[in-house]
Amino acid sequence: MKLSRRNFLKNSAVASALAAPGIWIPQSRGAWGATLTKGEPIKVGVLFSLTGGLAVPEEDSTLVMQYAIDEINAAGGIAGSPIEPVIIDAKSDFSVYSEKARELILRDKVISIFGCYTSASRKAILPIVMQRDNLLFYPTCYEGAECTQNTVCTGPLANQHSKDLIPYMVENFGKKVFFVGSNYVWPKESNKNAKIWLKNAGGELLGEEYIPLGDSEFGPVLNKIREAQPDFIFSTVVGASDIAFHRQFKQAGFSAEDMPIASLTTGEIETKAMGAEFGAGHFLSAPYFQALENPTNEKFVDGFLSSPYGKNGATHYNMAETYNSAYVFKAAMEKAIENHGFDEVTSARVREACAGVKLGADVSPEGETWVDGDNFNTWLVPKIGRCKSDGSFEIVKQADEHVAPDPFSIYPDAGSCKSNGLVAPDGSVRVDVI
Amino acid sequence: MDFSSIAFANSLILGLSIASIFFVAALGLTIIYGTAGVINMAHGEFIMLGAYTVYALQTFVGIPYFLCIPAAFFVVGAIGFAIEKSLIRYLYDRPLDTLLATWGVSLVLIQGTRLIFGSDPKYVQIPSFLSTNVEAGGLSLGAFRIFIILMALGLAAAVWFIFYRTDFGIKVRAVTQNREMAASFGINAGQVYSFTFALGAGLAGVAGALFGALNIVLPTMGAGYVVEAFLTVVTGGGALMGSAISSFAIGELQSIFALITNSTFAQFLIFVVIIVFLRFRPQGLISASGKRR
Repeated sequence: MKLSRRNFLKNSAVASALAAPGIWIPQSRGAWGATLTKGEPIKVGVLFSLTGGLAVPEEDSTLVMQYAIDEINAAGGIAGSPIEPVIIDAKSDFSVYSEKARELILRDKVISIFGCYTSASRKAILPIVMQRDNLLFYPTCYEGAECTQNTVCTGPLANQHSKDLIPYMVENFGKKVFFVGSNYVWPKESNKNAKIWLKNAGGELLGEEYIPLGDSEFGPVLNKIREAQPDFIFSTVVGASDIAFHRQFKQAGFSAEDMPIASLTTGEIETKAMGAEFGAGHFLSAPYFQALENPTNEKFVDGFLSSPYGKNGATHYNMAETYNSAYVFKAAMEKAIENHGFDEVTSARVREACAGVKLGADVSPEGETWVDGDNFNTWLVPKIGRCKSDGSFEIVKQADEHVAPDPFSIYPDAGSCKSNGLVAPDGSVRVDVI
Repeated sequence: MDFSSIAFANSLILGLSIASIFFVAALGLTIIYGTAGVINMAHGEFIMLGAYTVYALQTFVGIPYFLCIPAAFFVVGAIGFAIEKSLIRYLYDRPLDTLLATWGVSLVLIQGTRLIFGSDPKYVQIPSFLSTNVEAGGLSLGAFRIFIILMALGLAAAVWFIFYRTDFGIKVRAVTQNREMAASFGINAGQVYSFTFALGAGLAGVAGALFGALNIVLPTMGAGYVVEAFLTVVTGGGALMGSAISSFAIGELQSIFALITNSTFAQFLIFVVIIVFLRFRPQGLISASGKRR
């Protein structure tokens, strides 16, 4: 064959097309992984929304993350290297979340990402995190029903969240309950769990209503509640809607004494935002409250509020969970460095090292917690707080012992989540279940 | 009355309340769109500014809530006046550009508010007697919601009076019908537009003062209300009466749909109804008379 320009181009195009898989796709998932160099800062991504509808409470997550990183760096960093946060504003836009997650992993080569508050944003970035075998620290409550090899969660799962709250409310206020939630995946899954606890406690579900996310018109729901006359309300309304709900609840003549709202989300930041009189008397289930009395929490609250990051004037469960995730990361990094050497640490090895990491009562403001070695969620002690007239909470009940996280508690047929994947009852293993 | 008819009556009353919220949200937009033909994308942010004005006056000056409402009118009206004088008046002949420009203004207002007040949520305090419920024979409605209904009626009457019983109103209607002809009769059309825009902004400020008590006060709170406002104005056709009728219809339908189904599905049904309606009557219920520039 005569070597002409056209033939050359054609042949080389075919050749490169054939060679392409070998060139462009690395043999293992870890080939993209960030590598660390001794003496250089350890880069982590901080991916929360600072603007838009999710800025409350994601801005607080960013601030407390910066506070925790400063604290760790001031104490000498990790094996002598400081942590360097790459802070991103995801603008409450799910496409920005996934785009920025990709940038953090490929361009900034972060070893882990701390990020997301909603399940929607988590599900938006997980495919990218899994594809690049990076690691996501997800520092808030969520519904479960996921089993990946790339996440560590420091907040309560649905099965831990309302386990004590529902029986407590039934015992103290009566059997009849009305469910109100925001219309997305977390409230619906949480309510499935709550129904199980309610059945066990002998309660009766009078009605179940979902409000569009971000909506502020609760008139029709309140009319239905007035007609149903429940003994208490179980709420999974989130964000700005939650504040509107509590305000309109009182304005419609309901009182917390006769019909309290038992919520999974109405914490210190929400009661501060709605005006304490509207939150007073209602209940919250969370592993952390600003009012917890222990030296670690006092140090955390004082330290944070007097730091440049404490401008919003409160600490709440979501912040404590984010703060803890930084310390889980630190402990896991140290373990991974010890086992593999500083230069050989990858995201996957950090994940592996997270198994069983225990934060003592001297580190964790909410008291001792540890990461489950199978599903990488957190063992914690759910507590029930009642909002006082100044917007702070008093702890009215605390679980006797740590409650195990179980992401598939309401789907026993799916199997159980182990470190290598979701093990079905028949023994088959599925990885990357989201 | 039996049980379900009480529930139905209650939802009709509530529908009136939802309608009044829609109407108050849409009033300022109606005036600005109906008169000047400006599609004001910053309308939601004027509402937000109204809420922040009340918050600031309550927190830093200690003015009682009822005085904050007129204060919000004048503060936001003045801001609207300034924006009209410095930006909008150069764009009256370019409707598409006003759309972009007012959208830009909305971004500036959101970020400016965030810089001044921070992005953590605030709230507006209301007198405790408005935080009660009024009941009569099984029927009930919150006192504050009744207050909003009364405010909606009052504002509608005031706007009607301004437009149909004052010299300014005659000038506005003249300019709306034919700007050049009105100008040739010695009416200062530019000034009429400025004051109309300021009036619309001020009414949005009043809406913000009311909604701040019902909802959360955030730099981004306007986004939700601007959708309601546009729905009302587009369905109504841009005239005051049109907005009144469309907000009444939307409020009642939403309340009844929510009673029969649920709040999420009710919102979906409302959108479907409006889309079908606009398919057959794209100009809205009562289209503003006169020729557009």
